[in-house]
Amino acid sequence: MIRTLPNSKSYLSGYRLFTLFYFIFLFAPLVVTMILAFNNSMFPSLPWKGFTLDWFFGEGPKKIGIFYDKMNLRAIATSFKVAISVSILSTIVGTMAAFLFEQEDFKFKGALYFLMIAPLVIPGVILGISILLFSTTVGLFIENTFGMDIKILRPGFWLIVLGQFSFITTIVTMVISARLRKFDRALEEAASDLGANRFSVIWFITLQYLKPSIIGGVAIAFLMSFENFNTTTFLISSQPTLPIILYQQVRDGSTPVINAISFILIVSASIIAVANLYYGNKEKN
Amino acid sequence: MKNSKISKIRWSFIIFFIPVFLWLFLLIVLPHLELLRMSFLGRSGFTFKNYGAFFTEPIYWLTFVRTALYSILVTFIVLIIALPIAFFITKVVNLRIQGVLLVLLLVPFWVSELIRVYGWMILLRESGVLNHFLVGIGLFKQPTEMLYNDITMIMGLVYTSMLFMIIPIIGVMEGLDDSLIEAAYDLGAKKIAIWREIIIPYSMPGIMSGSIIVFMLVLGSYLTPKLMGGKNSLWFTEQIYNQIIIYFNWNQGAAFGFLLLALSSLIIWAALKLTKQDFRKVIK
Repeated sequence: MIRTLPNSKSYLSGYRLFTLFYFIFLFAPLVVTMILAFNNSMFPSLPWKGFTLDWFFGEGPKKIGIFYDKMNLRAIATSFKVAISVSILSTIVGTMAAFLFEQEDFKFKGALYFLMIAPLVIPGVILGISILLFSTTVGLFIENTFGMDIKILRPGFWLIVLGQFSFITTIVTMVISARLRKFDRALEEAASDLGANRFSVIWFITLQYLKPSIIGGVAIAFLMSFENFNTTTFLISSQPTLPIILYQQVRDGSTPVINAISFILIVSASIIAVANLYYGNKEKN
Repeated sequence: MKNSKISKIRWSFIIFFIPVFLWLFLLIVLPHLELLRMSFLGRSGFTFKNYGAFFTEPIYWLTFVRTALYSILVTFIVLIIALPIAFFITKVVNLRIQGVLLVLLLVPFWVSELIRVYGWMILLRESGVLNHFLVGIGLFKQPTEMLYNDITMIMGLVYTSMLFMIIPIIGVMEGLDDSLIEAAYDLGAKKIAIWREIIIPYSMPGIMSGSIIVFMLVLGSYLTPKLMGGKNSLWFTEQIYNQIIIYFNWNQGAAFGFLLLALSSLIIWAALKLTKQDFRKVIK
């Protein structure tokens, strides 16, 4: 049954086989996508026509690799800008929210906490359209009453950032709160008894303790923003993010250049994931 | 002395409170109120027409019911696969391999949904890798289209949401004391009884939070049904998308959005009531 009990051979091997199949199921699509990035063919499919790096470094005219593909490169740059803005904003506000809910007491705390976790159960599509409708209404109102055109209320870069920020901050808050909850407040009391004010206590003691979870929060926020489709799709204008144009290429069919992009994304996501785990484990020990 | 300390504490409260309040009020509360308001507006002011269209056009409410039922089905399938995998990793496998398996489990979770779906597309489509092998070994006479049907779509949804079930369940199972299972085993309990009486009740908080997250993700997913489902596998999020982006009928889209939100809240509420779990505890 479990590792400390005697187990029959058939139980163990059956269980191992099941898990093996599960992991094959988990990795098959990723591995196939990565391998086909190196196939010397115009289509992302078999037969294997030999190894090539053209889908990374091809300069055209027939095969344009990702490093020369202007449209995809521009979208990657946009996604980077959005993801950096979102991760900075949501980590700052998420840290504040963690302090607010873990260390402060106030009226309606329960209700506000409920609101804070609500974005977890609101479908991303709905967050996207509500923010689109609301910003359009406010933008029209300001234009009609004050004659001003507020750019950030129009679909575009800042609206994407705000839309992603609205739910990613919840996740960052939960990551940081989980660690703050384990913090021994006697350390803060000791520092205030020695004359430190509230803000230097937070800066020199609590934030130092929270550092691993803050770094983890930044990493999660960055990846979630970089990969978001459902909310972003309602908030884009002329400058789409990478998932949006990748989606169009996947839907309409494309050369293996999307496999090359996928290869880069899978490898970088794996590195970040492993680094995050390694860092987290090191902190734990 | 005491007064000054209190006033300092209030300052920190205000500094923490204002950004959090602005975030939740401006980006969550007001937009959803606006969604509700817009759903009751037509060309000539207040109307129930947008909700009326939902109930009178079978295509709309049929899609809605289908989406809800399929989401529940996917959540169950995910749960049935996730429980034994989570148990294997936390309780059965050698401790040396456990760490490796956990990392392997987490890696695909960091890769975007779009790429994972794309991987399935190049595996399963008519010119895909699987067809190439099956025809190659002579199992199939000619390539068959394995994409664009309900079964493939459900498999895709199971695949993309799997990890959100396994991780909370592992989180809870790690706390399960082995001696409980050992005691039951020594007293002669069968495996099924141990699962029914010990493992599942103990893992319930993880099962519930996993189920809620998976259900929400599946109900609100757009890419997987759109790319893997067939012409008849319309998902309700696609109806919303079409109204907003293609027909530019924001009021109709708002009504659909609000209905989806109401449905998801209702089902989660019912599931929590049925299993007597507290939302706040489950979400942690």
